[in-house]
Amino acid sequence: MSETERKNEINRRQFLGNMLKTACGVGLVGLGLGAYSKRASSLPADYIRPPGALPEEDFLGACIRCGLCVRDCPYDILFLGEVGDKVATGTPYFVARTGPCEMCEDIPCVVACPTNALDHDLKDIEESRMGLAVLIDQENCIAFHGLRCEVCFNVCPIRNRAITLDMQHNVRSGKHALFIPVVHSDACTGCGLCERACILEEAAIKVFPMHLAKGELGKHYRLGWKEKEKAGKSLVTPDTEHRYNLPEGVRYDLQGEGLIIEGEAEETPFSSNPLDTLNSGFMDK
Amino acid sequence: MVDMTKLGDDAIAAKGWFKSHKFLILRRLSQLGILALFLTGPWFGIWIVKGNLASSLTLDFLPLTDPYVLLQAMLSGVVPETAAIIGVVIVLAFYFLVGGRVYCSWVCPVNMVTDLAAWLRRKLGIRTTSQISRSTRYWMLVLTLILPLVVAGGIIWELVNPVSMMFRGIVFGMGAAWIMVLGIFLFDLIVAKDGWCGHICPVGAFYNLLGSKSLLKVNAVQRQACNDCMECYVICPEPQVIKPALQGEKKGLSPVILSSDCTNCGRCIDICAKDVFSYGGRHAKKIDEYKREVEVNRGVRA
Repeated sequence: MSETERKNEINRRQFLGNMLKTACGVGLVGLGLGAYSKRASSLPADYIRPPGALPEEDFLGACIRCGLCVRDCPYDILFLGEVGDKVATGTPYFVARTGPCEMCEDIPCVVACPTNALDHDLKDIEESRMGLAVLIDQENCIAFHGLRCEVCFNVCPIRNRAITLDMQHNVRSGKHALFIPVVHSDACTGCGLCERACILEEAAIKVFPMHLAKGELGKHYRLGWKEKEKAGKSLVTPDTEHRYNLPEGVRYDLQGEGLIIEGEAEETPFSSNPLDTLNSGFMDK
Repeated sequence: MVDMTKLGDDAIAAKGWFKSHKFLILRRLSQLGILALFLTGPWFGIWIVKGNLASSLTLDFLPLTDPYVLLQAMLSGVVPETAAIIGVVIVLAFYFLVGGRVYCSWVCPVNMVTDLAAWLRRKLGIRTTSQISRSTRYWMLVLTLILPLVVAGGIIWELVNPVSMMFRGIVFGMGAAWIMVLGIFLFDLIVAKDGWCGHICPVGAFYNLLGSKSLLKVNAVQRQACNDCMECYVICPEPQVIKPALQGEKKGLSPVILSSDCTNCGRCIDICAKDVFSYGGRHAKKIDEYKREVEVNRGVRA
């Protein structure tokens, strides 16, 4: 091997070695970033995304953290996540208890978004689903104590649809009604006005991100009566008239006061009306 | 060996303090001015520019969008809005012409931090070197572009990117981002000269590639006047770019600094007592060629 060849060999070796070192280092950084992103991309319960925000995973890919939505919010409720916040750095959120969404009709935050992280297809603010209000503490909500409050019901911008009042009997007093607020997910936008308005020290009604607020039925689960309605007939064995397995001469009829023994009325000397027995002495006289 | 304590003294003696710091001052004015445009809104209610460097809207009219961050978003499956597309085209065109790394030296706020670290290194005589290669930034760039494709959770680099973090921090609220900035400062001060900007930062690497054919360049146009004081090599954040232009005359190399690593910061222009360097076009004629032409023309006339 000549001198220059050996030199080239060493240079090549050095070059490859350095490259390998750099690649390994950067690869490790990549692993770290990947692991960190898993931790950083969970949306905490009290951080609500602006209207039209894509599902969290897509949102984190689409949001370029520019803050234009923050700037165009006329009520200044939006913030960008700072390092150390529980939300992904630089992404917009609001906190319902201190600054809920006022549901502007022209949705300026969505219009400002340059990347569709806030979906521009959202034209009607009532269609937005920022989260879902949940009456989470029935023990402290004063409506359950029979006190008249209904503040959440009254501030709700989707009046009498997102929150309705369910009147129930007040067992404690025996003579009053409870006016229980009930949230309906088909109308609630998650704006958080109810959470801010809640008169408790700590709100009993809270807005949570959708994935935390909603349960989900198993994919395989079918509700028989709905399937029946959809198909126009029962999907399992056709309905047969129910028959009780009772001894001969006995039948069951709820409105006719339950178990009825056929022919019993004729056989017994006593009237079925107890008053007849009590009055019998007077009648003899 | 350059005497660090006397770095720049020749230039001040020859040109005066202001002329030997001209582009440094202009760069600071540019960096701080851009920040100021974003801050008049939140501080004084006078809205000139909204947003931040990722995407902004100037005077409710001019959209500007950072191509690097938008590329990451698009790799994770985003279709941008018209405003973002217009904004990104304007930004691409601008840096394509003036040189991508003009972003680094005239816009990026982290540059002020790393310049400060480099200045302190010189003052304190810290001479540590590291094994990190200058090509690491390209590996980082590739990594940041692959991550949105393979890991769910989107633009992962933006969770930690100190460049956007610092700018956004100043405009929207810093949080604990100052730790990141301090980290870069200490890294550049103690571990490696120009460690962050010159070796690791993938944002710089992106803009580097973007400006690889840019028109605005620094030109060692008076390279015959060079007295080999070596001060430009000391002050330059990417000193490897100078040699071919300054010392390549015998090899027939152009005096134009062609490497896209050059940030067009103009510190070499400032610090040179002999005024060797100046800004010029990429295809500027070599001054020696030009002189020869003039001489030839004179000869024809005479």
